[in-house]
Amino acid sequence: MIVEIGHYALVLALAAALILAILPVIGARRGDAAMMALATTGTLATFWLVALSFAALTWAYVVSDFSVRNVWENSHSLMPLIYKYSGVWGNHEGSMMLWLLILVFFSALVAVFGRNLPDSLKANVLAVQAWITAAFLLFILLTSNPFLRLDPAPAEGQDLNPVLQDFGLAVHPPLLYLGYVGFSVCFSFAVAALIEGRIDAAWARWVRPWTLGAWTFLTAGIAMGSYWAYYELGWGGWWFWDPVENASFMPWLAGTALLHSALVMEKREALKIWTVLLAIMTFSLSLLGTFLVRSGVLTSVHAFATDPTRGIFILCILAIFIGGAFILFAWRAPMLKAGGLFAPISREGALVLNNLILTVATATVLIGTLYPLILETLTGEKISVGAPFFNMTFGLLMLPLLVAVPFGPLLAWKRGDLLGALQRLYLFAALALVAGLVFYYVQNGGPVMAIFGLALGFWGMFGAVADLWYRGNFSKVGLVVGFRRLAGLPRSVFGTAIAHFGLGVTVLGIFSATLFGTETVVEMKPRATVDAGGYSLTFDGMREAVGPNFTEERGHFTVSRGGVAIADVWSSKRLYTARRMPTTEAGIQTFGLSQLYVSLGDPMEGGGIVVRIWWKPFILCIWGGALIMMAGGFVSLSDRRLRVGAPSRKAKTVKATLEAAE
Amino acid sequence: MTRKQKRLAVIAGGMSFIIVAVLLVMFAFSQSVAYFFMPADLAKTDVKPGTRIRLGGLVAEGSVKRGQGSTVSFTVTDGTGNVPVSYTGILPDLFREGQGVVTEGTFDAAHNFVADSVLAKHDENYMPKEVADRLKADGVWNEGKGAASQ
Repeated sequence: MIVEIGHYALVLALAAALILAILPVIGARRGDAAMMALATTGTLATFWLVALSFAALTWAYVVSDFSVRNVWENSHSLMPLIYKYSGVWGNHEGSMMLWLLILVFFSALVAVFGRNLPDSLKANVLAVQAWITAAFLLFILLTSNPFLRLDPAPAEGQDLNPVLQDFGLAVHPPLLYLGYVGFSVCFSFAVAALIEGRIDAAWARWVRPWTLGAWTFLTAGIAMGSYWAYYELGWGGWWFWDPVENASFMPWLAGTALLHSALVMEKREALKIWTVLLAIMTFSLSLLGTFLVRSGVLTSVHAFATDPTRGIFILCILAIFIGGAFILFAWRAPMLKAGGLFAPISREGALVLNNLILTVATATVLIGTLYPLILETLTGEKISVGAPFFNMTFGLLMLPLLVAVPFGPLLAWKRGDLLGALQRLYLFAALALVAGLVFYYVQNGGPVMAIFGLALGFWGMFGAVADLWYRGNFSKVGLVVGFRRLAGLPRSVFGTAIAHFGLGVTVLGIFSATLFGTETVVEMKPRATVDAGGYSLTFDGMREAVGPNFTEERGHFTVSRGGVAIADVWSSKRLYTARRMPTTEAGIQTFGLSQLYVSLGDPMEGGGIVVRIWWKPFILCIWGGALIMMAGGFVSLSDRRLRVGAPSRKAKTVKATLEAAE
Repeated sequence: MTRKQKRLAVIAGGMSFIIVAVLLVMFAFSQSVAYFFMPADLAKTDVKPGTRIRLGGLVAEGSVKRGQGSTVSFTVTDGTGNVPVSYTGILPDLFREGQGVVTEGTFDAAHNFVADSVLAKHDENYMPKEVADRLKADGVWNEGKGAASQ
């Protein structure tokens, strides 16, 4: 019964979304306040209906109702409870439900926090959100309905894919979708602005918190996914340039560009048309990512099931929304007035450089991801574009950006002083180089060019410190006054510095783990010892163990340094009984920011086993840096100026802070 | 510089960055793209030693031999052709005789395929798509066999 209520709620949500997609737009054109007000109520109603439907599906999972086909296919009564919750989105239908839930969640946030938006803009934004909602509701109801029943009901389920039975599944998809789908709000704002044919700095100020929020969650989602793949797959890699990874990375790159161009628009009313285009492109890349991952055109752990009708349906959604938005853009963009002028060497100029590099880099990732698919469709020829391609193109193109990042915040708006910025930064650059040298010396070995890679990471970190250092004017006024000055700055200044610092940390981690890491593949018998990263690893033997829904062979290793045992590492091979599917559980030991990673291979004749051991120096910096970037995003988001829903009595303070920030 | 010259300089800078990117992409494509082959294709086309390719097919029954340390050799077959493959490293969890694989690597001078990566299917529901497509097209694949091997 509860399942049927969920199904029914989903159909009602479609009806609500269809009404919502039409009436507020007409209301906005005619200036009919009642019709526009419908947008807010309707959006909230849709949200509650979808939430009810999602709750019903979750309930079916928690009580293991195997008469529901989706539950039977992807769950098992013995599965731990947390995986029953997270297993809801561990399959195609459920993950689309999560996508939809987050979409309507964002619509509801706009409806609630958008109180001080102009009525017509708000009505149009919510209507565009409703178009997307209706499209995905149709998709779910017609091709991927999770509420279909089985008769007779099977006694036991088929279990969730073992790779997904992990805490990562509880966190990675929701975070990723909060980012991916969050960009829909930017898209809707852009389309609404095009419908109205009017756009100004206030528009950028309204869009910015949504971009920032989506970007922050996407950063976290990608980092989480990368770490999950790293420890779960047992291949020791943290990024494979797999099309599915690229699918989430492209919106992130475009979103990062959008974040920066919206800044120019907000402060200087320039780059208006470009910002609108970027907002459309970012969400288009999110939709493209959804298509790549969900349609089954790619083989990956993310492609749960391949059903051609789904692929074609998503492709249609893609074509309608992207095509429609671009046609609207081509038609309306010439009506938007171009904004202010600025010198090439200025804060705006630096942000334009940022946008140029990020969009070109996004384009190379897009080409590398789509080229094999297009070639296969057109000629039937099958090729693979792998990591070497992306390292050569994307990697090289990003280098100038990494060099330029610390300059941006030090340049003034309108007309900056590059020489002045150089004078302020050369000491920090020298420090970064020294830090790179010291790091290289301590790591002992590796290519000499590594020094520059490491220095680039430190340069990003020190550059962020330099930004705050000069803003506080510490060198002239001393520590106490300097900190007091810093305390008076708007939070977004700190957000920028923190995020840029995090970028530096990630870059440092990437260079360190790639250039100084070691990999050893060796056959080990009990009592055998292998050295890695200054530690020695002794294999003690295998032991059998039984988990709730799997059996495993666990290998025990003792890590010692200088003859003293300091840690135990367990690495195992599991067999999940319901699906007869083996998985490798890597043994990971963390030392500071570095990790020792042990993965088991096949047993050999004579009692030995193949073992693969990686030493990953400072690898945690990669994800740590992403966490710092995320923290920067949240700090920026807490800035007063961005609180769109702030009550009007604060208007004075907002104005005051704005002036202070100029 | 006049304003016009400045604007030209900015546009020229932007364009040259894009041109560099395009050249890089073209160069990278010529260097690092691996074509996909099945054993039967290799009988028809000549792949020079040292050229990176992807080789896909089924692991022939009874062909997997463990050598020294972690080196493994096996034969990749598609019913018509056979290619001997050697690989050093850990095989994926789902690597088994009679199952589909995609290997990536180069031929050595003796025309043995030396793989540096071996991919087996990700879960029990499918094999690498390239392999399944071709086996279906060639009529070697049948759904019953696919189901029986689960």
